[in-house]
Amino acid sequence: MTPVTSPPRGRAAGADGPPDGSGPGLEAEDVQAAFDAAVAADERIEPRDWMPDTYRSTLVRQIAQHAHSEIIGMQPEANWITRAPSLRRKAILMAKVQDEAGHGLYLYGAAETLGTSRDELLDKLHAGRQKYSSIFNYPTLTWADVGAIGWLVDGAAITNQVPLCRCSYGPYARAMVRICKEESFHQRQGYELLLALTRGTEAQRAMAQDAVDRWWWPSLMMFGPPDDESSHSAQSMAWKIKRHSNDELRQRFVDICVPQAEALGVTLPDPELRWNEERGHWDFGAIDWQEFREVLKGNGPCNEQRLHRRRTAHENGAWVREAAAAHAAKHTATHATGHTADHAADRTAADRDDRVEPAAAGPAQPNTAPDTAPDTAPDGAGAPSASRSTRSRA
Amino acid sequence: MSAEWPLWEVFVRSRRGLSHTHAGSLHAPDAQMALRNARDLFTRRSEGVSLWVVPSDEITASSPDEKDPFFAPAADKPYRHPTFYEVPEGVRNL
Repeated sequence: MTPVTSPPRGRAAGADGPPDGSGPGLEAEDVQAAFDAAVAADERIEPRDWMPDTYRSTLVRQIAQHAHSEIIGMQPEANWITRAPSLRRKAILMAKVQDEAGHGLYLYGAAETLGTSRDELLDKLHAGRQKYSSIFNYPTLTWADVGAIGWLVDGAAITNQVPLCRCSYGPYARAMVRICKEESFHQRQGYELLLALTRGTEAQRAMAQDAVDRWWWPSLMMFGPPDDESSHSAQSMAWKIKRHSNDELRQRFVDICVPQAEALGVTLPDPELRWNEERGHWDFGAIDWQEFREVLKGNGPCNEQRLHRRRTAHENGAWVREAAAAHAAKHTATHATGHTADHAADRTAADRDDRVEPAAAGPAQPNTAPDTAPDTAPDGAGAPSASRSTRSRA
Repeated sequence: MSAEWPLWEVFVRSRRGLSHTHAGSLHAPDAQMALRNARDLFTRRSEGVSLWVVPSDEITASSPDEKDPFFAPAADKPYRHPTFYEVPEGVRNL
C-alpha cells in the first residue's frame, strides 16, 4: 500500500484525483485489458483507474460542454424572473435557475476528477474554445417561453440524460442521477405553466402556441447531428459513455411529446408529423441542419450576448472570490497562532461524535435495504454485495 | 489573484441513523464557506441532516494499481460469508 499518488500538474487531486501514471509499472496492455474488461462487464471506471487518453479527453469535452450548458442555460430563464406573473411562479423560477447553477457545479466537479481545473474549463468557455448547447442561443421573447423551455428543452435534456445515469464513467453517472431527479420538476413546472396559458384567454393560448412553434425544432436539434454525421458517436457508444444514438433518442422524444402536446392543446409545428403504424413511431419532418451549424458556429440570435454576459459576471465576481480568499488566509494565519478553540467550538457535538465512527470492517454485507442505498451510487443499489465481495475484480 | 479555491469533498448524512455518504466535491476558500456551499449545492431538497467537508488533499486513498494485491487476501476466504455453509433442509432460524 502506498499513499495517494501525487496529482498531475501540481493540482490538488485529492481523493478523486487521477493518479500520475507513474505507479508501480503495470504493462500498457494489462491496463488496457483491465479497462476494456471493466467496460465490457458494465462496471464503472473511477477517477484513479487507468483509462485511455482519448476516453479521458472525450469525457472532458462532453462533461465540460454539459456543464457550460447548465450555467449558460440560466440566462434565458433568469430573463423572466423579475417579470414572473405571480409570486408562486417567481419562486418556482428562481428555484429552477438555482438548480441549473447546481447542475453546472456537479458537472464541473465530475470534469475535475479527470484532471482539468475549474478555471481552465471556464477560461475555455469564455474564450469560445469549448461549446455549450446551441439551444441557449435562442431568445426568450415571452413568458410562455419559460414554459416551453421547461417542457421541451428540459424534456429533451431528460431524454438525453437518463441513459447517461448509466454512463461508464462513475462521477459523471452519479452527477447525472442527481440532475435527472431535479430535472423532472423543471419539466413539470414548464408543462403546468403552458397548461395555465392554454386554458386561459385567446391571447394566452396564442402566446403558448407561439412559444411552442419557436422552441420545437431547436429542441429536436439538441440531440445532435444525425447518426451518420455524428463524429464521436460510435466511439462513445463503444465506451458506454453513450447508450443510445442521437436519432434513437430524438425519436423517443418526439413519441413522448406528441400526446403531451395534444393534452396541452397546442399544435407541434410540423406538417409531416404522422403516426407510422409499421414502425410504431411518429414520423417527423426534416430538421434544418444548416441552422444548427450556423448557431453552433456562433451565428445564432444570442451567442454573443450569452458569452458576453457570462464573461462579465465572472469578471464582476472577481473581487468576491479575492475577498473570500483573503479572509480565509487571514483566518488560517490567526488559527495557526493559537486561536483554535473558537474554531473547534464551531463544530457541533454531533459532528465530533461522528468522527469516532469506525470504518466498516470487512466487505459491506449483507446489502443495505434499497431505501437506504446512497442516491449517489446508482450502480451499487440493489446489487447483492455478497457475490460482489467474493468476486475478484480484475 | 487567479489561485483557485481549494477543493473539498462533501459527505451528507441523509437522515438520522445512516452514515455520511460521499456526495461530491466543491471549491471554497475555507471550511465554513465549504459547509455553506455544500448546503446550497447538495441539500436544496432536504437531502441531509448533517454535512462533513474534508479538504480533498487530506484524503489518503489506496492505489488503483495495487488493488489486486491489496484486496486479494479477502478473495480466497469464502468461509467468511454465511453462504459458504451448508444447512440441512428444514433447519430454520440459522
